[in-house]
Amino acid sequence: MEDEREIRRFVKSALETEGYRVFEADTVARGLIEAATRKPELVILDLGLPDGDGLDLIRGVRAWSGMPIIVLSARVDERDKVEALDLGANDYLTKPFGIAELLARVRAALRSQPQLGGPDAKVRFGNVGVDLTARRIVKNGAEVHLTQREYRLLLTLLNQPGKVLTHRQLLRDVWGPAHVEHSHYLRIYMGHLRHKLEDDPARPRFLLTETGVGYRFLPDEG
Amino acid sequence: MTDPDQRPSPDALLAQVQQEEAQAKRGKLKIFFGACAGVGKTYGMLSAARQLRDQGRDVVVGVVETHGRSETAALLAGLEMLPLRETSYRGNTLREFDLDGALQRHPEVILVDELAHSNAPGARHLKRWQDVAELLDAGIDVYTTLNVQHLESLNDVVGGVTGIRVQETVPDRVFDHSEEVLLVDLPPDDLLIRLKRGQVYVPEQARHAADNFFRKGNLVALRELALRRTAERVDEQMQGVRRTAFQSPVWQTGDSLLACVGPEDSDGRVVRVAARMAARRQAEWHCVYVETPSLERLPHPRREAVLATLKLAEQLGAETAVLAARDAPAAALDYARQHNLGRIVLGRGPHSGRWSWQSFMRRLGQLASDVDILTVARQASAAAPQTRGVAPERSPRSPLRHYAYAVAVCLAITLVATPLPPYIDRANIVMLYLLGVVGMAYRCGRGPSILTAVLGVLSFDFFFVPPRFTFAVSDVQYVLTFVVMLIVGFVIGHLTSGLRYEARMARYREGRARNLYELAKALSSTLTEEQVIDISTRSLQASFQSRTRILLPDDHDKLRADSAGSEDIDLGVAQWCFDHNEPAGAGTGTLPGRAHQYLPLAAPMRVRGVLVISQEPSRSGLLPEQQRLLEAFAALIGIALERIHFVTVARDTLVKMESERLRNALLTALSHDLRTPLTALVGLAETLSLSMTTSAPQQRAQVDAIHRQARATFRIVDNLLQMARLESGQVELRRDWQSMEEIVSAALRETGGSLTGHPVTLNLPAELPLVRCDALLVERVLVNLLENAAKYTPEGIPLGISARPSGDALEVEVWDGGPGVPPGQEEAIFHRFVRGGRETAVPGVGLGLAISRAIVEAHGGRIRADNRAEGGARFRFTLPLEPQPAAMEEGE
Repeated sequence: MEDEREIRRFVKSALETEGYRVFEADTVARGLIEAATRKPELVILDLGLPDGDGLDLIRGVRAWSGMPIIVLSARVDERDKVEALDLGANDYLTKPFGIAELLARVRAALRSQPQLGGPDAKVRFGNVGVDLTARRIVKNGAEVHLTQREYRLLLTLLNQPGKVLTHRQLLRDVWGPAHVEHSHYLRIYMGHLRHKLEDDPARPRFLLTETGVGYRFLPDEG
Repeated sequence: MTDPDQRPSPDALLAQVQQEEAQAKRGKLKIFFGACAGVGKTYGMLSAARQLRDQGRDVVVGVVETHGRSETAALLAGLEMLPLRETSYRGNTLREFDLDGALQRHPEVILVDELAHSNAPGARHLKRWQDVAELLDAGIDVYTTLNVQHLESLNDVVGGVTGIRVQETVPDRVFDHSEEVLLVDLPPDDLLIRLKRGQVYVPEQARHAADNFFRKGNLVALRELALRRTAERVDEQMQGVRRTAFQSPVWQTGDSLLACVGPEDSDGRVVRVAARMAARRQAEWHCVYVETPSLERLPHPRREAVLATLKLAEQLGAETAVLAARDAPAAALDYARQHNLGRIVLGRGPHSGRWSWQSFMRRLGQLASDVDILTVARQASAAAPQTRGVAPERSPRSPLRHYAYAVAVCLAITLVATPLPPYIDRANIVMLYLLGVVGMAYRCGRGPSILTAVLGVLSFDFFFVPPRFTFAVSDVQYVLTFVVMLIVGFVIGHLTSGLRYEARMARYREGRARNLYELAKALSSTLTEEQVIDISTRSLQASFQSRTRILLPDDHDKLRADSAGSEDIDLGVAQWCFDHNEPAGAGTGTLPGRAHQYLPLAAPMRVRGVLVISQEPSRSGLLPEQQRLLEAFAALIGIALERIHFVTVARDTLVKMESERLRNALLTALSHDLRTPLTALVGLAETLSLSMTTSAPQQRAQVDAIHRQARATFRIVDNLLQMARLESGQVELRRDWQSMEEIVSAALRETGGSLTGHPVTLNLPAELPLVRCDALLVERVLVNLLENAAKYTPEGIPLGISARPSGDALEVEVWDGGPGVPPGQEEAIFHRFVRGGRETAVPGVGLGLAISRAIVEAHGGRIRADNRAEGGARFRFTLPLEPQPAAMEEGE
């Protein structure tokens, strides 16, 4: 959903090249109808639509569906993104964005659909293996010790691969609703996680920072 | 365990800190204090000055009186002396301390001898201690000397002991507020020996002095006074120290004093005693004069004397007031209760046996069971205040014309009554005469009414009482009639004229209040400074019959004299008055020789201007009431000017807010409208290049170029918008605890594309403290610096980022191994649209560094560029570190 025809056009052509079916809408009202009737697997949404706020659309869609939503925003203002993510959007892209980037995000969002779980859930990224049942983390063959909080933080991130989790969401899930303002907890614990799991903590490959917004676990491509 | 009451209260500590701060800026005053002349104060001061000079301090002698003493003069040698100012006064050349010269020379320490000295006419201040105060205000340390008899509060005591009253006094606050008092002490015997040897005065003066002043008894008493006064000061300082160490209650309000003065207190003893008591208790004190209707009729000089006593009280640190009331004890007591004053001090003199005083005491005692009443004996000699004969009698003396009226009225009544006796009783004729007395008392005052009463009695006797046309009386009962008639006439006359006087006073007071009220009302509706000036000058004109001008300061606090009619105004004096917030000119203590009076228009926040009031040369100055009224006017005008100032400020703010809102709207619109087409451009170019995998490589390169250029354009637009935002000050920092490692990693990810070909070395300690900053903006700084480094360094040259805490800030450094910053350009490159090498083909408009600087400075940090010793440029910026947030509980 996007009001600018040119953007719609190239997004559509790029997605169609990848073999997706694309439906377009240029208003919030139209978008809600399309979303309800076509039941798409994924929504790409521009926050600045002519007849209303894209945030309202997220609210509307989230009322009945958990389909992934990727937000496009022309605004530099981080608050809009954070709000969109807090409302349930999965990812965001700031204009201008590259096609490759968009397609990668789309793939990631679609893949994250099957939730983690099951008795023998195991996640691998880079040279790290996480055994969720045994609560064992192995890096380069050596076991890594994580504190309770670090483990919970890692688990929360791993649970939604590719999805941007806002500071608020992470703090609520890991520390509880009373601590949503204590963002320095996150800074410190993410630092610990990176130092323990990433090869180069200053150039993380998997535990990425979305400045001003939150964090994202980026699984291995492919 | 500490008792909470024992700790210093924050307010008291704050007051002390503020006092210390104010003192740090002010110069320090050191007083060499002695019992009398000849103890060696000047000698001590000069020795101290020489020591200072030997320590390399900048010491200048402002004025020193050697009194022909050779030892003292010898000490002067080698010290820099400020030339004295010569003024001619009535044919004599007077040499005085040059205040302006001293201010201009601005030494570290200046010596000014004889603090109590009175300046020659024509000097800026009446007294030397005022000069010294100005020197201190200018931040110059002052060394000075003072004898105990010159202290205002001890003046009377010393006068009583030695029999010599000195005219030159120094207010006690100057002494009490000085930083250091050094007591120069010499036993009386030694002093007398010195005197005999001629070391104090030249020999012929010495004998005269020894006989009069330098008697041993005097010297002992003076020495004791000086010692005791110094000890009191030391005691105060001790208490000051104790107050910071552990709190003793600041002071009991019950210790505060109220001194009541009356016309009999012109010797100022009550005031001085009260001042001493208050000083000893460190209590505040007030002084009031209750003006009852009978006191209002006092002759002018006596009234002046009362006001002079009040003025003295003010100089000794009291709050003063004149209360108008019929019931003096009740009014005084009311005042004491309102101001929480626990003691009342009254004078009791030789005339105090009088009925009125006793009744005053009794009534006060009845009313004020909870208040201590202290009585102070007045001096017996102070009964008659010296009449100065300058001020005209202002009491309502009836002119001769009124006495003529009195005679005429009696004649008329006699004529009218002559044909009546057959028809009316003689007793009623008495009534007619009494009617005349009432009329006269009402119209012409007391004197004529008494005359009317006497003449009435005589006429009645002569014309109507048988035997007629003689003063003899046949019937003795008429004697009773005469007596009663006379008494009734007197009483009626007295009461009526008193009533009339009170009515006049009430009218006068009401007029005063109405003037003020009208001015306040008129000023409250003004909208511009011009209106305020116009209304004020008109109102002042009406109330004082004097020409007034109001001078306003410009933006640099310099008074303007642009309006016509201000030629004769001395702007220098006006500026002084404005800067010091003190009245100057005629009728004040500063530059009294000027033709105008300059009053500061002081408002709560600051002085808003100066009111210049011209006085007729023939008039001897404003009466105290008028002076007070004038001051009230000045306060009103000052407040009105301040109000207008703030209205203007508020309006400007509103305009600014509105324009900012517009700019914001514009920025938001621009930002959206430019990004959208550019996004389309970037996206379409990319799509094109993806779909062209098989096409000719040349076309593909062109499409890539479009893509690159579109991105570059986007970058520039983004920078411009960001700069506009930062410039307009509308960027609000969203500070949060951030880890520098995270910001660096985000910045590296952001610049990933443009850094290809430059190996980046990171040097980030693992335990870097968190900083409170806006992560997005700081990331922006890093991105800009990195892109900048990549832009100006050839491919393959390494870049690096390092961070470390330094002092109370986190220092982040971005370096490269490139050609470095052109020398001399280290500062300029941070300016907008300035680029390292002008002629280079490197894209960009030179906004990146300007933005970085704006962001860093908004965080309270600094950014600077220089070249590394091993080559290449180095950009360093700091972010202030704050106490780290509370550690979290691990909860395992």
